[in-house]
Amino acid sequence: MPAGVPSLPQHQLDRLLASYGREVARRRRRWLTVFLALAALVLIAGRYGEVELGNLFHHLSGLTSYFGRILPALSYANFASDVGEWYWNYFGWLKLLFDTVLIAYLGTLAGTFGAGVLAFLAADNLAPSRSLRWCVKRLLEFCRTVPDIVFALLFVSAFGLGPLAGVLAIGIHSFGTLGKLFTEVIENIDLKPVEGVRSTGGRFADAVRFGALPQILPNLASYALLRFEINVRSSSIVGFVGAGGIGQDLFVAIRKFYYSDVSAILLMIIVTVAIIDLVTERIRHRLAPVETVG
Amino acid sequence: MSQRPRVLGDDPLAVLARHRALLARPWQQRAVELGALLAMLVSTLFSIWWLDISLAQIGPGLSQLARLVALMFPPSTGGHLQLFLTSPAETLAIAFLGTLTAAVVAAPIAILAAANTTPSLLLRFLIRRVLDTTRGIHTLIWAVVFVGVVGLGPFAGILAIAVSDTGAYGKLFSEAIEATQGREPETVIASGGSSWMAVRFGLLPQVLPVIAGQVLYFFESNTRSATIIGIVGAGGIGLQLSEQIRTYNFDQVAFIVLMILVAVTIIDWISGKLRAAMIGQSARR
Repeated sequence: MPAGVPSLPQHQLDRLLASYGREVARRRRRWLTVFLALAALVLIAGRYGEVELGNLFHHLSGLTSYFGRILPALSYANFASDVGEWYWNYFGWLKLLFDTVLIAYLGTLAGTFGAGVLAFLAADNLAPSRSLRWCVKRLLEFCRTVPDIVFALLFVSAFGLGPLAGVLAIGIHSFGTLGKLFTEVIENIDLKPVEGVRSTGGRFADAVRFGALPQILPNLASYALLRFEINVRSSSIVGFVGAGGIGQDLFVAIRKFYYSDVSAILLMIIVTVAIIDLVTERIRHRLAPVETVG
Repeated sequence: MSQRPRVLGDDPLAVLARHRALLARPWQQRAVELGALLAMLVSTLFSIWWLDISLAQIGPGLSQLARLVALMFPPSTGGHLQLFLTSPAETLAIAFLGTLTAAVVAAPIAILAAANTTPSLLLRFLIRRVLDTTRGIHTLIWAVVFVGVVGLGPFAGILAIAVSDTGAYGKLFSEAIEATQGREPETVIASGGSSWMAVRFGLLPQVLPVIAGQVLYFFESNTRSATIIGIVGAGGIGLQLSEQIRTYNFDQVAFIVLMILVAVTIIDWISGKLRAAMIGQSARR
């Protein structure tokens, strides 16, 4: 027998090649359809979104010069005094930043406690009543879907300007998002301890306290910390609508074109957010090896 | 046969007394738990004091809120039905174009930010810091900036979402690229392909399903962002929403909020289906 690469007879090869060609053509057609559909959607969306590329090019120089202008005028010769001028209001901004972090903290805490209580009523495996479960789930959905800044707008009209509106807005939105996550955590617990408590005559509250809570506490804390990171970002903007924190000053600085103030405040926010992210990440890793970031 | 200790027949209190040592927790653990609770309580009280929140505010505020909510019923269009129906379309358009632009811009940047495609440590470091910065700034802040640059309207919103998402995508895509296996691109090179072909036939098929899933997920979350950027004048339904809240037309506010709820639910549903279809497709391959 001759050694070498075995070759198929021509008629079989033709058939294989033809079916390969058909397959490739089919895939190409599918990609083309997807592409055309996307292009059509882009055109339609462009009309609704009032995209004017001419406008963009017209303002492109404005855009680049904007980022040039918000950079502070720092010189090597008198660096210290330049930085001093850039951060002329650093004490006031630091205080506002602290406010911002506290708003996020209080909001997260309120949302965590609310969600921690109601999630047990919404979880499939523990809920004492089906109709109550349905109601709680819809409530959580509502709080999750309405953005926190919309709540902030509403609460500013009700509670007046100030951080209370921000705390409540962030708290309610966190309640919705955390409630969903907590419910999922609870639905994945090991039910044996719960059954154990129930079998010795424990009621719903006992089953939750001694059967479920010890299993999920690290996970809940981890999710709450993750939410805190997100809420610090949110609380830095609720000031746009007057709900406290540094957002108010940032909004004014951008709107009134106080260029160097914009970069000064933004830098402070970014650094604060980064520090908080680092710290909470450390704590989260120690708490529980939660892989999912939800 | 040895005598087993009888547990159930005993007096429960005696059982408890016998096993108390097993149930007791070490005092250090208790101290840590108590301390954590105490710290939480103290910090909460401190925050309330620092932020100057008085409990006296809450009572009148709640009654005012109840009055506002009462004003919301029944929801009404206030004769602006036409306007209220086009602005969700505008919102969708903003989310769609913003997401797509960000994806297109972020793809090449991600290749430059991934360790296995870009050997230069310095370049990678710089690009990652830029991505971090754009991602660290909230979409609403970008919206205010772009309203200042290109003027009021949805176009500013598209740019805001595109820029802030480019940061997020750059990170996610580069992570997807780094998670790929190096064998496929190597095979392409080994059989005589160029490095461009290695990216096209070795890398792209591995990362495309991951990327498409992420883009869809972001489209979903961007419809939420796009509903709020109107608050600062960057187009979409948020503009109407903040106008109606500021002018105390709360029946129309209720209508808009309901519309947002319905729209977000529909989009969640559609993109959930699409993602499921895509995952199924990539699993079949």
